[in-house]
Amino acid sequence: MITTKKIAFSYPNGETFQFPDLHCEASNTVLITGNSGKGKTTYLHLLAGLLKSKSGEIVINEVNINSISNKSKDKFRGQNIGIVFQKSHFIASLSVLENIEMASWLAFGNKNTSKAKKLLQELDLLEFQNKLPSQLSVGQQQRASIARALINEPKVLLADEPTSSLDDENAFKVANLLEKLTKEYNAALVIVTHDLRLKDKFLNQINLI
Amino acid sequence: MILKLAWRNIWFKPLNTILSIILLASSVAIITVLILLQKQFEEQFSKNADNIDLVLGAKGSPLQLVLSSVYQVDAPTGNINFKEAQTWMKNPFVKTAIPLAFGDNYLGFKIVGTTPAYLNQFNSKIQSGKIFDKNFEVVIGSEIAKKLNIKIGDSFFGSHGDAKEGEKHEENKYIVVGIASATGKVIDNLILSNIESVWAMHNENDHEHEAENHEEDKEITAVLLKFRNKMGIVLWPRLIAQNTQMQAASPAIEINRLFSLFGIGLQALQYLAFGIMFISGISIFVALYNSLKERKYEFAILRVNGASRIQLLTLVLIESLVLCFIGYIFGTIIGRIVLVFISKSSENEFKMTFNPLEFVWNLEGILVLVTIFVGVLAALIPALKAYTINISKTLANA
Repeated sequence: MITTKKIAFSYPNGETFQFPDLHCEASNTVLITGNSGKGKTTYLHLLAGLLKSKSGEIVINEVNINSISNKSKDKFRGQNIGIVFQKSHFIASLSVLENIEMASWLAFGNKNTSKAKKLLQELDLLEFQNKLPSQLSVGQQQRASIARALINEPKVLLADEPTSSLDDENAFKVANLLEKLTKEYNAALVIVTHDLRLKDKFLNQINLI
Repeated sequence: MILKLAWRNIWFKPLNTILSIILLASSVAIITVLILLQKQFEEQFSKNADNIDLVLGAKGSPLQLVLSSVYQVDAPTGNINFKEAQTWMKNPFVKTAIPLAFGDNYLGFKIVGTTPAYLNQFNSKIQSGKIFDKNFEVVIGSEIAKKLNIKIGDSFFGSHGDAKEGEKHEENKYIVVGIASATGKVIDNLILSNIESVWAMHNENDHEHEAENHEEDKEITAVLLKFRNKMGIVLWPRLIAQNTQMQAASPAIEINRLFSLFGIGLQALQYLAFGIMFISGISIFVALYNSLKERKYEFAILRVNGASRIQLLTLVLIESLVLCFIGYIFGTIIGRIVLVFISKSSENEFKMTFNPLEFVWNLEGILVLVTIFVGVLAALIPALKAYTINISKTLANA
């Protein structure tokens, strides 16, 4: 689960954001919506610990991530937070399966091959496990990045516009999978999006203004 | 896992990688060949000149005299009068004096008239058979015995001069009475007889002058001198040059001169090799630096998945070092293969062989360090860029 209190952030150029509080239990979903320029991605990066907030608290799995040193934050993020981006990036030289194993190795030091294969099966990608990421379609890549985000059974799954670059069919497939798998893996799902298709599906919403 | 990732990344762009490896391997190969050649060359030259303080021979180039009489690689400067030489050979300063008389060859191997002391000079012993005693008895070097498959009791005709194709002396046959033990020095490729055989062989050619052939007119080619007193080495060259038609040359000095001549060429090659190594360093740098733009998302993703800054730094460094390591291994192997070929051709021309399996640890160790240094240097800036990547910014601009 994830809880935030009074987060504020400002960029070096002076642009300042105040973000509404957020609370999401395991297996639940919160949708963060808002128009461009309202700081959706900034909010998500703050939740992921990729940016550091000026003030306020972000508590994930009972740990305030602002209190963790930069050094241990990478490990913490690897073990507790899964992230799916709008455009999925992979290590181009590794196969789909190896990309997912790599995430497990970086967080815990062992590549959990059986779990990686199980996730690929659930995401209908098992037959592509030995392909390079660049050989997959965009929808398949997005599903593979969900597998990578979930391999370490994170407490929180963050998704940044996960469906925006997909057609309707793939968008619904990805949305359904996100919902189903976060329940199965008992993670809190936070989606940042302006995609109307998702607004109809997830009703627990926070609108950034 | 980082190592595996580095390995995969290297071969993901095989052309860049192969270019870098080829450049690095060729520079390492050139330097390896130079290191081995120089070391073994100097070793061979100095061990053949052990125990020889001065060479007494006909006037001419002192280097030529040393090369011909000590190393058997050049033509002799001419002949000297045996009687005159003997007055110096019997001087109390002299510890040993070994006369040499050249004249004939057998299939390109020189036949040298000398005394049994010549064998001691190279610490060579009679391995089988006996030492030459009567005229036309010969002891052959171990290499010749091996290559030509000659046994004791075999006989052959010599050819005049030092070319295989020289006129044959068909009047007298040489008889092999002994085989010398292997030494790794020039003696392994020589055929030794007594001096009288050389005289006899050439007297028979001009019968009309036979009556005039007294002891006083006997000629030899050179004398290898070893002194009791080191003063002789300093004084004799001038003394002999002023008082006789002969000269005395010091192998140590002449060979030093030869090496300093060679040295310029070797130095130039060395600069060339280090230049190539520098270029290969740049090639690795450019390859890594260019790929940074495409790979910054990869780095960001790695960080998101829990990789630390240090792990990214290590990844880039390892990629460069693995390249350098592969380049070094190939280079050192290629260098040794090249040396095998050099050795083959130098064996044909100069009867000199090089051992490609020798490792000159101190110099080659430095070469390894230089290679690692090039690898680290080439990767430094790309690695620091990976270290300092701003994940949030990279991903936000995706």
